[in-house]
Amino acid sequence: MTHLEKLEATSVHILREAYREFKSLVMLWSIGKDSTVLLWLARKAFFGHVPLPLVHIDTTFKIPEMIAYRDTLARQWRLNMIVGKNTQAIAEKRTFPDGKLSRLECCKVLKSEALKHTLSGDWTRFRLDNKLGKYVEDTNKEPYTGVIVGARADEEGSRSKERYFSPRDRDSEWDIGDQPPELWGQYKTDFAPGTHVRVHPLLDWTELDIWEYIGKEHIPVVPLYFNQGDGKRYRSLGCWPCTAPVESTAGNVQEVIEELKTGKFSNIAERSGREQDKEDGGGLETLRRGGYM
Amino acid sequence: MSAEMEQVNVVVVGHVDHGKSTLIGRLLADTQSLPQGKLDQVRAMCARNAKPFEYAFLLDALKDEQSQGITIDTARCFFKTAKRRYIIIDAPGHIEFLKNMITGAARADAAFIVIDAEEGIKENSRRHGYMVSMLGIGQVSVLVNKMDLVGYRKEVFDEIKSEYADFLGRLNVHPVSFIPISAFKGVNVASTSERTPWYRGRTVLEQFDAFEKGDERISLPFRFPVQDIYKFTEDGDARRIFAGTVETGKVKTGDEIVFLPSGKRSRIGTIEGFNAPGRTTVGPGAAVGFTLQAQVYVKPGELMAKASEAQPHVSSRFRANLFWMGRNPMIREKKYKLKLGAARASLRLIDVINVLDASELSSVTNKKQVDRHDVAECILETPKPIAFDLVHQVKPTGRFVVVDANEIAGAGIVLESIADENSTLKHHVRDREFAWKGSAISADERTGAYGHGAKFVVFAGADAARTEAMAMALEKRLFDGKFKAYYLRPDSLMKGLDADIEPDEVAREEHIRRLGELARILTGSGQIFITSLTEADEYDVRILELLNKPNEIIVINTGAEGLKNYVAALNLSEWMDLNEAVDRACALLREKKVILEYQI
Repeated sequence: MTHLEKLEATSVHILREAYREFKSLVMLWSIGKDSTVLLWLARKAFFGHVPLPLVHIDTTFKIPEMIAYRDTLARQWRLNMIVGKNTQAIAEKRTFPDGKLSRLECCKVLKSEALKHTLSGDWTRFRLDNKLGKYVEDTNKEPYTGVIVGARADEEGSRSKERYFSPRDRDSEWDIGDQPPELWGQYKTDFAPGTHVRVHPLLDWTELDIWEYIGKEHIPVVPLYFNQGDGKRYRSLGCWPCTAPVESTAGNVQEVIEELKTGKFSNIAERSGREQDKEDGGGLETLRRGGYM
Repeated sequence: MSAEMEQVNVVVVGHVDHGKSTLIGRLLADTQSLPQGKLDQVRAMCARNAKPFEYAFLLDALKDEQSQGITIDTARCFFKTAKRRYIIIDAPGHIEFLKNMITGAARADAAFIVIDAEEGIKENSRRHGYMVSMLGIGQVSVLVNKMDLVGYRKEVFDEIKSEYADFLGRLNVHPVSFIPISAFKGVNVASTSERTPWYRGRTVLEQFDAFEKGDERISLPFRFPVQDIYKFTEDGDARRIFAGTVETGKVKTGDEIVFLPSGKRSRIGTIEGFNAPGRTTVGPGAAVGFTLQAQVYVKPGELMAKASEAQPHVSSRFRANLFWMGRNPMIREKKYKLKLGAARASLRLIDVINVLDASELSSVTNKKQVDRHDVAECILETPKPIAFDLVHQVKPTGRFVVVDANEIAGAGIVLESIADENSTLKHHVRDREFAWKGSAISADERTGAYGHGAKFVVFAGADAARTEAMAMALEKRLFDGKFKAYYLRPDSLMKGLDADIEPDEVAREEHIRRLGELARILTGSGQIFITSLTEADEYDVRILELLNKPNEIIVINTGAEGLKNYVAALNLSEWMDLNEAVDRACALLREKKVILEYQI
């Protein structure tokens, strides 16, 4: 088996294990390349089907192409698409840069809080009605207790400490010091009521693996990842006020791969364009303890 | 890094402060695997703080950088040689982090065990030796470090080598090399040194490239733990797919396969995948799905093997080496959960044969429990037989984990399958009957007064509706004939007698156990107790039969699928007319002298 085939097989095994063990399971789809690969792997695991809901947290600051791409794929692949947002904070403009919030606080309000309440079911969920072709209020208010996330260990420090199956307590708290052992393809799949689990099938993948797999499988990704003629492209996608494109002429998957292997990015971190990471030393770790993905 | 290049995972283990971090730092520095300027930066920092430079600081510096977003892993460092690329797993030496050490080391293809030449073999040198053996890491190299502190004396090296080789030998671990090194001075790390003229073997770097990335899995018998069975009919997909990951061996379309422990057989129809080229054969590591030529009904957790090859063992008892990392000890009075391949079962500790004490390098034979960080040889038992292999025959399906209070608390390897002559359940029934205080009325007196014998009648079949209908029809017929017959649908217990059972995959065992105990009570009262079971297998029926003792059971099979390896007293068909089915059941009861000829 090739390196990519092994990564794929491990991720598929993990997805099937999660699907078998957790009754109330969802997958987060940020629309970025990683979680899109994750979605593709779900189609691999379930033989073309995606038998679980996909949750997207819409901050309303996402780059518009991302939302268009999301809904196109959702219709095409008949996805069970759920969207959640912090409607109140957005209405009150408690955001960055409009309000007085720092970037990190804005992430917390628009992403962490919205995610927490969307998963628990106490905030309105919007479900794509594939017949009507639009989003309607979801009648299911049951909490989701298993969440599949596309985090990779190589992204930044705190993510390298994760497990494939990582428990969170009632308040989404994460105890980094005391994590379950994982061996021989056996994971922590037993949970006390009230706790929930995050599943990370992409933990072993690197940014380069992701792109090589996208190339190999011809997975459709948002065109924002490629240079559209202005010598710029996004390497990592987020909200427009906090995500800057990088200078690059890479116009397709092959060119992105070449650039990562040999070019100017081979030694620069992927999230270097994400401003919120720079605000305090352990910025993302702080966010992740509080439930950020 | 090229994706085509072979990647080997190597774990570095050893007692705390024996020099693991220094070794890894030195190796990264000497192979130019560090980010540009890193070495100079750390040297300058040491000079500023008037600290002597240490290679271990390099690792710390890399860890610091992580939190600022550069992509190097705490526990994992990357480097490559001309031959291939490596992930070095830096396993913590502290005993408190043994769970992390296990998690890291379980992924390793090879291991370096680092021993301090001056301090010699310490507790964790041995414990990590055990772990390496248990985890089945095939290739081990022992690095005797800090040779500079003992004047590079060959006698020191030889003494440690001899003592540790002897220790590992007892664990059936045979190191591919012992290397005298000084990680600090760079002796025998990336290059040989005149400091150890008496040593002619490999350097650490050469040893990396000398590890073989062998994969014996392809030559072993085919093993496929059935993770799940999918049918996405609502999406218009009629395929019934057995999903999982091939652990060992290979299989091709048309091959006859057998599911264990159920013993059901079929042939591989197709090999399924999504956006994948069509295949007629698959081998180890592939996460695939199969359709079958003839449908059989098996549950997730069964082990699929090839009919023409060596079969897995099927037993409810086995001898194993178990490593315990739970907060609470493993005791005999408690029920645990076993996860082996895709199988889940409840598990009991029957006997502790001996416990290896890592600190004393001796074994303790009189222990009754397995404490945290113990490695114990013990006898374990599941209520129903499960399918497994012996670890020295087929490694992946010969190892398991034990869950206690929702946590993976133990990890073990199967050494021997034991015939289940004296199962816990038999003991239990014996003890129960010994303690059972009979009433003043004998069973014969009841039979005389009621005009019929007591019996536990079980209808078993795949079609729930038909099976229940037949059971209820029999109850009605018997009741109308003035017999004391009572039908109970097992689901009815869910909110009552069984309300406290946590719904999970091993819950079924407890439901069956309570049904069996209930049957013992009702048949003891002289009634004809009737129930219906769907998805029952031969083991469920045998457990009911045992628990109902000393009273008798009659099993009526209602469908074509049937019970494997269990001869039912009567075989009906799910399409059979209800009256006819009841006629035949009554005929059977007459034949068994439960009811007399002239009645009904």
